[in-house]
Amino acid sequence: MRHLSDKALTRLRSGADLPDVGGTRYRLIGQVARGGMGVVYAAEDELLQRRVALKVLEMPGSEGELANRLTREARVLARLEHPGIVPVHDVGTLPDGRVFYTMKFVEGQRLDHYIESLASAPDRLRIFLRICDAVAFAHARGVLHRDLKPANVMVGSFGEVLVMDWGLAKILADVTHAEPNDPCGNIPRLPANGGIGNTSGTGDGRVMGTPGYMSPEQARGETELLDARSDIFSLGALLRYLLTNQLPAHPLPKLDRSLEAICAKACAPERERRYAAVPDLAEDVSRYLDGLAVSAHRESIFDKLARFYRRYRFFIWLIATYLLMRVLLILLIKH
Amino acid sequence: MDHDEFKSGDGRFPATRWSVIAAVRSEDDADRKRSLDTLCETYWKPVYKYVRLRWNRSAPDAQDLTQGFFIEMLERELLNRFDGSKSRLRTYLRLCVDSFVMNEDKAARRQKRGGEVQHLALDFAGAEEEISGGTIDAAAIASPESLEEFFETEWLRSLFALAIEDLRTLCSERARDRDFQLFERYNLDGDNEISYAQLAQQYGIAVSEVTNGLAWTRREFRRLALERLREICGDDDEFQREARTAFGRNAG
Repeated sequence: MRHLSDKALTRLRSGADLPDVGGTRYRLIGQVARGGMGVVYAAEDELLQRRVALKVLEMPGSEGELANRLTREARVLARLEHPGIVPVHDVGTLPDGRVFYTMKFVEGQRLDHYIESLASAPDRLRIFLRICDAVAFAHARGVLHRDLKPANVMVGSFGEVLVMDWGLAKILADVTHAEPNDPCGNIPRLPANGGIGNTSGTGDGRVMGTPGYMSPEQARGETELLDARSDIFSLGALLRYLLTNQLPAHPLPKLDRSLEAICAKACAPERERRYAAVPDLAEDVSRYLDGLAVSAHRESIFDKLARFYRRYRFFIWLIATYLLMRVLLILLIKH
Repeated sequence: MDHDEFKSGDGRFPATRWSVIAAVRSEDDADRKRSLDTLCETYWKPVYKYVRLRWNRSAPDAQDLTQGFFIEMLERELLNRFDGSKSRLRTYLRLCVDSFVMNEDKAARRQKRGGEVQHLALDFAGAEEEISGGTIDAAAIASPESLEEFFETEWLRSLFALAIEDLRTLCSERARDRDFQLFERYNLDGDNEISYAQLAQQYGIAVSEVTNGLAWTRREFRRLALERLREICGDDDEFQREARTAFGRNAG
């Protein structure tokens, strides 16, 4: 039996790890990322002559939990045609038996890297609103993401915001024909007993998600009870991260009261106390950006005055300056 | 160890290779023996090198301990106690080796094995050559983490070497010896990387033939290695984890 040198061992591992795309329309360019379920490669679609992202399972076989999950993820993405959700192009099995799908190749940065160069809180909030749009759309189509976090959001080179990695998504109900003009409508809400059939590949009570971003019910493995409010918890944690640059586990710096109230409501441990739907959360953030009162925060008179001042600061100073000038002019004339 | 035991009918492998853990718990003596053979085939070299370097034993001592360990594994039914939810089989076996070496009463066991138990036919000289080849730094495996890493590397080396032998046989059966030579030349020979174009020139064939030959052998190598891996894992979860260890790291 032949002895393998360390170099040969490394070469064999790397070589055998590469997906076999021989005879397909794709040509591998390089590895982009490696996740819990598979590996993402940049590839060239030689037929259409465009770059795509090819996500492939590490293990061969079109059966088994991971293969089912990858195929499911592709099908979930296929039903979510939205500018904020990465579009899927193709799904299948490679000659080496590994399940794969291809999707749009997003040239950009992960959100956690992108925001390092983004100092302005309003800019960050506007990105958050676009994430909310995509998630609200998915909810309207009966799909929960279940792993919303900065690493799963990409910001493209033209500022487009894309929610990625739907591998843990849970399909609550088949509502593929929901009215596209009704972003708030038809949001599936499960009754207490679970109600709508769970078609998730991870619905066996096992805990899947990211600590700090997953809701308490998700962390307890209560997959049957998950609904839109579970993603709202994750969005709240993501909002905190956007505003503070701190992971949820870290002690958080003090925020503006309204924003703090929005985060607190989104991340309430009891889901009944959270926003009922993503558009409600987005509405509060929009109102904050417009200098209006938010539903999550009951303001005192001082808060109202402070908000009024913040909103009309320019005009207040303009009028004050005008009045001051008038007074000075009158005094000057009198003397 | 007889490789022919793994052949069945006109195919190279049985239709389904089942886990050694299932086999070792079987009522059938032949199944139990086969499970030990499989484990021994994959693990004897990592165990031997581990005993030599981790426990700093002489070659004759390490040979004796390696033989003794596999025999004890059968006699004391150590695999029956393996619990896949607590550890990987690989880690469990390494800890068993540690425990075995610590408890070994050399004189008594040598006598016992010399008198009653047949020795396993293992190529210790080859293993010794690999150790003295200088690729392993004994001083670098002092910490518990590096012990695990060392054992993992040697386990993988052994697994891949067996898969390469399987590939050689397969290529021979399918009259694809040239593809195997390409695979060897590209992946195993020398320290300098060789390009597809250079290979094509050396063998007087088109680059596309090199590409196809290497793609096929790579795919088959992966399949064969995974088949062997599946056999030496306790359950599917462990198989998935070990496959990631085998192919997932250092790649790309």
